[in-house]
Amino acid sequence: MNPRLLPLYATIAIFLVACVICYIQFPYMLSTRVLGNLLTDNAYLGIVAVGMTVVILSGGIDLSVGSVIAFSGVFIAVMLRDTGLPAPVVFVLLLIVTTAFGAAMGGLIHGLAMPPFIVTLAGMFLARGAAYMLTIDSVPIDDPFYEMLRKAYYLMPGKGRLTLIGMVMLLSFAVGMVIAHRTRFGASVYALGGGENTARLMGVQVGRTTVGIYAFSGFMAGLSGIVFSVYTGSGYPLATVGTELTAIAAVVIGGTLLTGGSGFVFGTFIGVMTMGLIQTYIVFDGTLSSWWTKIVIGGLLLLFIVLQKGLLRLTSARFSGGLA
Amino acid sequence: MQTLRRLAPQIVTLLAVCLLVTLFFPGFLDISMSGGRLVGPVIDILKRSAPVALLAIGMTLVIATRGIDLSVGTVIAICGAVAAWAIAGGMGLWAAVALAIGAGLLAGLWNGVLVAVIGIQPIVATLILMTAGRGIAQLITEGRILTFTDPGFAWFGSGTLFGMPVPAVIWIVTGVVMAQLMRRTALGLLVEAIGINRRASALAGVNALVLLIAVYMASGLCAALAGIITAADIRGADANNAGLWLELDAILAVVIGGNSLLGGRFSIAAALLGALIIQTIDTGILLAGFPSEYNLVIKAGLVVIILVLQSPRLATEWYFWRRSVREGPPPATTKEHAR
Amino acid sequence: MLLTIRSLTKTFPGTLALDDVRFDLAAGEVHALLGENGAGKSTLIKCLTGAYRPDAGEITLDGAVVAPRSTGEAQELGIGTVYQEVNLLPNLTVAQNLCFGREPRRFGLVSSRGMKAMAEGMLDGYGLDIDVSRDLGTYSVAIQQIVAIARAVALSGKVLILDEPTASLDAREVEMLFDVVRGLRAQGLGIVFVSHFLDQVFDLSDRVTVLRNGRHIVTEDIAALDRVRLIEHMLGHALEDEVEARNAGHVEARRPPMLHFEGMARRGVIEGFDLEVGQGEVVGLAGLLGSGRTESAELLFGLRAATAGTARDQEGPLTLDSPRAAIRAGFGFAPEDRKTDGIVADLSVRENIALALQARRGWARPIPRAEQQRLAEMYIERLDIRTSDAEKAVGDLSGGNQQKVVLARWLAMNPRFLILDEPTRGIDVGAHAEILRLIHQLTDEGMSVLLISSELDELIAVSDRVIVVRDRRHVAELTGAGISTETIVHAIAQHARKDGEAA
Repeated sequence: MNPRLLPLYATIAIFLVACVICYIQFPYMLSTRVLGNLLTDNAYLGIVAVGMTVVILSGGIDLSVGSVIAFSGVFIAVMLRDTGLPAPVVFVLLLIVTTAFGAAMGGLIHGLAMPPFIVTLAGMFLARGAAYMLTIDSVPIDDPFYEMLRKAYYLMPGKGRLTLIGMVMLLSFAVGMVIAHRTRFGASVYALGGGENTARLMGVQVGRTTVGIYAFSGFMAGLSGIVFSVYTGSGYPLATVGTELTAIAAVVIGGTLLTGGSGFVFGTFIGVMTMGLIQTYIVFDGTLSSWWTKIVIGGLLLLFIVLQKGLLRLTSARFSGGLA
Repeated sequence: MQTLRRLAPQIVTLLAVCLLVTLFFPGFLDISMSGGRLVGPVIDILKRSAPVALLAIGMTLVIATRGIDLSVGTVIAICGAVAAWAIAGGMGLWAAVALAIGAGLLAGLWNGVLVAVIGIQPIVATLILMTAGRGIAQLITEGRILTFTDPGFAWFGSGTLFGMPVPAVIWIVTGVVMAQLMRRTALGLLVEAIGINRRASALAGVNALVLLIAVYMASGLCAALAGIITAADIRGADANNAGLWLELDAILAVVIGGNSLLGGRFSIAAALLGALIIQTIDTGILLAGFPSEYNLVIKAGLVVIILVLQSPRLATEWYFWRRSVREGPPPATTKEHAR
Repeated sequence: MLLTIRSLTKTFPGTLALDDVRFDLAAGEVHALLGENGAGKSTLIKCLTGAYRPDAGEITLDGAVVAPRSTGEAQELGIGTVYQEVNLLPNLTVAQNLCFGREPRRFGLVSSRGMKAMAEGMLDGYGLDIDVSRDLGTYSVAIQQIVAIARAVALSGKVLILDEPTASLDAREVEMLFDVVRGLRAQGLGIVFVSHFLDQVFDLSDRVTVLRNGRHIVTEDIAALDRVRLIEHMLGHALEDEVEARNAGHVEARRPPMLHFEGMARRGVIEGFDLEVGQGEVVGLAGLLGSGRTESAELLFGLRAATAGTARDQEGPLTLDSPRAAIRAGFGFAPEDRKTDGIVADLSVRENIALALQARRGWARPIPRAEQQRLAEMYIERLDIRTSDAEKAVGDLSGGNQQKVVLARWLAMNPRFLILDEPTRGIDVGAHAEILRLIHQLTDEGMSVLLISSELDELIAVSDRVIVVRDRRHVAELTGAGISTETIVHAIAQHARKDGEAA
């Protein structure tokens, strides 16, 4: 068996075990209603995690996404309030802005040869600051088009509602999977994560790929911002603080190696669902406190990181025969 | 003399920022004595910079070893929660302080073992505690904001010592003690050595394992002190918000202090100046009458400027550009060198 | 000739890496390029693949002068390279690696079926029966190498450079790889083969070129060359005066024993060996690159834990499970790779010299600044370290001076047993002789030295005893008058002949 699939299998296995535990305790949890809510509640997280997966696969990290989501919400709310532009035009404008923002960070990372961590940290401050400069209050969105978006759903068997934003998330994952696994860009992303020098030797255009990666992450953060504003019906500059970390955690729990080069977009989907399931379980239980979510997620993180460390050691020991 | 030259960019920046603020807010440098305590914007900055300054001390050491500690913000929350829990449980002032410090050291030990013994990258290793830590803090406070009224403990946050706010005294003393500990003993040299070349240092007999763990524990200790101050200041432990995102400010302070994220040579004093610069900008923006919304954008701009100045690639390009201006077309091997 | 190189010269600050080197390659030929580390092999190859630009000289390919500026450009010209490691990406599938950059697409998306067919087509004729849709990293190194060759041939197709491709293969895998190479030779490719395994060179090559110290030594048909002469070419003769110096002072009796190592071994790294070191004795460790000489030293210094064996001195048993333990036992070790294992580049000369001493004293007892200064100045003078002052960062010094700083670090410790792994590699002739003189001086003062070197003359010049290492085993011990270029070369060659069967 391909050892690189092991983390993915582990992710799926943990998800299934979690499902079984939930089912035994609360049979109702495995209904399409709960599933629909799970998809809706985690839609924005899932979408941004798709972008994060691609960034992490390339060996980078993007700390700016949480702030970009908040900026997006504020941008949409303020634009709809202060200009007469229809919502779809605002969406397009926003996506252009966030994509360009991501591309600029990618350009800085490559151009200055600086660690992505610190460049995207600056991006995080900038995006959050830009949101503050637009407004410091929560701006409600009342737009008929928005009402429509929020209320659109497909009724699944069992009365579960697959909302529009849930569908957008599923679609994002599908698109992310195609990009990561079926395009030359995707191959370049994995190549970069496997080692920049080797990638260069094999003909990867490192600069262009780096810009593309962060532009993609910026686009996904913008899309996530749209979905989040539909979900909450407002724009608030203090929203989604720390979402970047939740997204990173979802990616890692999804079996992607934080050092890059190995992982699957589908794994991230399972990672997001697992985290959502834990939260739902705690809500269902009622006696458990919400903070257990964080502790369990931290524990899962530890488990996966140690598991991957062990796998890495196992494979490298086999090929290099011990200490290098 | 050498120290002064090392600190010059930070001192100049700080003075420039102060000057700028004074232009907009003439009373900025006023200090007066009121009821046995010094008051004034500068004193306020010294007090408010305490958490970030304390974190920056530990972070400087961690970064000097080529690491990073993302967990310090949550460690603040944990230690604050522990202290508040101990006070509320009637264990007394010093037991609370000791328990909080113990919790910080334990957190540092955990990070250190993950990094040094198991060999996980520091950013990943400390991410675990960063994620789980807030849950642990909430577990201790049981999700509430745990308040207390012990005046002895509150003194750490709002008391005065020799006219100075206690938090300011704590970070200055900690900074001086830590810097002296590093430079008066061989610790500074050994930490720099393992940050620059861990393998060669280990071959020369440096105990890299123990040093690494110790450095993360020092970071945990600093976070514990910051946690005590934060909890004492608001007379309560807020597991959700205490220390939130302070790790990023601390890293920023270290970087503004001219310490390379790639490890090696470090200066605690410069990092502390970095923390002061950040706080002066924060306070200055308010005093100068700008909306605080500008704060983050200015910070971001600052980071970008520093990044550009520190960039290794830009330095080589600049070198070649200068050479090419002097000697004609640049050599074709520029790309190789830049890598 | 398919490829000709004339008067190729390349200098780096402080070293002349290639000095007027020539080399030819015919189509349908395997041409071995030999030389010890630092001989200039890799510089030559990097000039060919465009990683370096030569300072002078000419490269002609198919009659046209070429000057590749990047690996990609070299590839387009027809020069492909397969390195020992870092060739392809183990985290991509075999097919992705083979088709990278040229993936067949349908409707704009990479077609995995088309890619599979393309990859299988590329591997056709290489005798591999593997699933190309699995990750490359799941296959053995031999298969990875063959995949790398297939990619290089498909992309370039005239000249194939194989840089130590067999370093981590076992005998069966080597055979598999060689079959592939012979097939390519029959197709008319020109193949440059770099290896330090002489048997493989004799097995596969048509002609041999030997480089030493950046100079072309000899090019000959393999049939006209025997093993002993080939090793002589590689290891060379120089430093005649130092040899005499030693012979003059060599009449002394056997030194009193100081250290005893028995059955030191680590599975898969080095077979068990015994070693006795006398006080003031220089023990030389001879052998080709990859023979296990460095590994022996690493075991003695605790850098790799021994899985078996004991060490003791006159007083009792010693534990050597870590460098710190070895240092406590009075050992010192100047490693082969100064840059990664020796110097701490950003620290000053003073701090680098004081580092080991400081580590032994512990952090709480700092060496006073004045004392550090005194130590640094003393060694700068004694070893003639060329630096503007003691505060200069070691990384800014030349290679020879960096080596002297590492030596100074250990001398400051006053060890009783100093291990020097290639102490003179890549440093200029003057510094070279100085370091050998220093070894004499130290042993006169009673220090014992274990010297690892690829330069036989150097070993002969300073060793009281030479141990020959081959195929991860200590195979011969030469003493007194028995030490000569001839005897060492014979010891290496004789045993090397059995390589093929043993491996």
